[in-house]
Amino acid sequence: MRHRSRVLGGLAVLACTGMVVAGCSKSSSSSAAGGTATTGGGATPTCKTVAIGFFGALTGASANLGVNEDLGTKLAVAQFNKANPDCDVKVTDFDSQGSQDQAPQLALKAVQDKSIVALVGPPFSGESKTADPAFNEAGLPTITPSASNPKLSTNRWKVFHRAIGNDNTQGPSAAGYIQNTLKAKKVAVIDDASEYGKGIADIVRQKLGAADTVNDTVNVTPDAPLPDFSSTVNKVKAGNVDAVFWGGYYQAAGVLAKQLVDAGVKAPFIAPDGSNDPGFIQAAGTASEGAVLTAPAVPNDQIAGGTQFVTDYKAMFNKDVGLYSAEAFDSANFLLQAIKAGKLTRAAINDYLNSGASYTGLTKTMKFDSTGELVAGVVIWAFKVQGGKIVPLQDISIK
Amino acid sequence: MAPLSRVHEGGSTISNLVHQFWSQTIDGLTIGAIYALVALGYTMVYGVLRLINFAHSEVFMLGTFGALVAAHFMGLNGVGSTHHGLGLLLILVGCALVAMAYSGATAVVLERIAYRPLRKRGASRLAALISAIGASLFLQEAVSAWRGNIRWRALHLGHLPVFPNLPLVSAKRDADQFPRILTKSTWFHVFDGQVRNDKVLIFVAAIFMMVVLDQIVRRTRLGRGIRAVAQDPETATLMGVDIDRVITLTFLLGGIMAGAAGFLYVLYIENTSYIVGFVLGIKAFTAAVLGGIGNLRGALVGGLLLGLVENYGAAVLGTQWKDPIAFAVLLAVLMARPTGLLGEALAKARA
Repeated sequence: MRHRSRVLGGLAVLACTGMVVAGCSKSSSSSAAGGTATTGGGATPTCKTVAIGFFGALTGASANLGVNEDLGTKLAVAQFNKANPDCDVKVTDFDSQGSQDQAPQLALKAVQDKSIVALVGPPFSGESKTADPAFNEAGLPTITPSASNPKLSTNRWKVFHRAIGNDNTQGPSAAGYIQNTLKAKKVAVIDDASEYGKGIADIVRQKLGAADTVNDTVNVTPDAPLPDFSSTVNKVKAGNVDAVFWGGYYQAAGVLAKQLVDAGVKAPFIAPDGSNDPGFIQAAGTASEGAVLTAPAVPNDQIAGGTQFVTDYKAMFNKDVGLYSAEAFDSANFLLQAIKAGKLTRAAINDYLNSGASYTGLTKTMKFDSTGELVAGVVIWAFKVQGGKIVPLQDISIK
Repeated sequence: MAPLSRVHEGGSTISNLVHQFWSQTIDGLTIGAIYALVALGYTMVYGVLRLINFAHSEVFMLGTFGALVAAHFMGLNGVGSTHHGLGLLLILVGCALVAMAYSGATAVVLERIAYRPLRKRGASRLAALISAIGASLFLQEAVSAWRGNIRWRALHLGHLPVFPNLPLVSAKRDADQFPRILTKSTWFHVFDGQVRNDKVLIFVAAIFMMVVLDQIVRRTRLGRGIRAVAQDPETATLMGVDIDRVITLTFLLGGIMAGAAGFLYVLYIENTSYIVGFVLGIKAFTAAVLGGIGNLRGALVGGLLLGLVENYGAAVLGTQWKDPIAFAVLLAVLMARPTGLLGEALAKARA
């Protein structure tokens, strides 16, 4: 069952189709000039006419992660334009709402905008799976700052690049933390049936082996209401577990954590990067206290230049830096480095990324192998909710 | 390599149901009571008009937001309430009344705008159905815009936007959190089942509302009018029943029930969004058909049964099968009893 049931046949489908149309894929261009795309018949692109696209959820239930990355991208471009007065690179937003059903159509829209020479995103694995084929066909290079499902790099997409370690490193690290640090003997692993959530949950399940004693899957989709987790909670409670792992995004994570605490479950709650957002605390309230959230990202206060980045970000957007803002900033800067080196077409930038070029950013030195994965620099951190804030806990990378 | 098969097996055995029987029963009855309250709206409108009001899910949705607005108005926010006794009672009743007012008003306006003009022109049932779906989408998007900041973005002075620098989010697609009004406390256990104050309140309140409605339909003058129209609209008109008034009141009563359900839903689940009615509306409609559409007591039976079956099913097969199980049960029952468990009979709801 991929979606909510449509057994009511025509009516439900009709209502649903209408919903998709109504909540339709809007793309908004942050560049004021509409004239940038019209470079004329044979005019060669310059760094005054090109744009970097951002493709991801800017609205919707998991939008915070998308917005973090969108703003990171915009900060990088703004700083680049300031440092290079002869350039005027634009950023064009495509709001996928995190929906893998809407992503393919929106991807075509991004592809058709010829001023866009490269793309940061998509942030999520589900939408990457459905949108990336269009980008690949059009030869539009992408760097995703956060889509972590391992399968994404196995599709032979020439344009796919990933700025973080995938779930084959995050999953086992989280499982290791649960078994070795928390010393949990019985673990409940719950997932949201999404490409990302079920993906990482299955990796954790494999790694835990016999310690994985309770399993459940709950359908959570961006265009349906948050579910009632009561039957899952009953399973966890009956299983008498030492820890609960949630594979999924932050809002549903918050609802689940809250319902677990309300039912008297005291086992620690662990969730991966998709749940690593203040939105988790907002949804769970005090039930979020003590929850452990992992991410393939170094905390900003642990990186050189991190403080400056945090300050600049706050000054420009009047918002605090979030998870993957820095990764998106680095990804955009890698693309800008290519533009600066005179790579002004989609093909030239993609060749540049695939040629073994490297860029040393805030979070790591980025260099991609032939599948688009990082050659080095993968690190996994655990964070903890403490006093209503997400604070760094420890490096949990498996060395 | 750990065998993949065991990944799927943990959540799906019959022994799960044995171990979780009472807790799943309690939760099934709780959510089932909410389904039943919403189902009443479908059933009453069908009984009177022979029409499925597919926008009823949005009537419910507005009820949840009514409760939210009331809670915010009373100064309750994310932290929630620490009130006890009379203060708590006032807050609960206040939220419930506002929720019922929102839903009741929505239902009445809906009838006036989306149905009555069609009815007056003798349009087909299909036209009314399309109208309902349109109204449903309109209400969803309107609420989403209301909860977001689209109204401020749309403000223009001449050609210039008044707030050019508003943040990106324009329509609110994510959930609003409902503050914790009632501190959840467990009263006692029935084996593995935890009997918690909010679940008891929801169940009792829902049954109470349904008994009141049943009595209204059975014993009052208005109820007689509703039954008369349900039985034979033409004869009812000839006997002096004001059909428009009866229909408006039917929508109002159904709306009030959906409002009560909306309040109980946010009290239980503690979040809502513009799309909260979508799945729940279909479930409530299922409950109405299951019990026998047009039959008030059928809605109760259908709602509770649906809540129980989907929770038991989730225990055995996994929560991702909740919705398919609910609809499979519907199909199975309709194949055996096409008019539902208790039959279609608002008209015959006893004189």
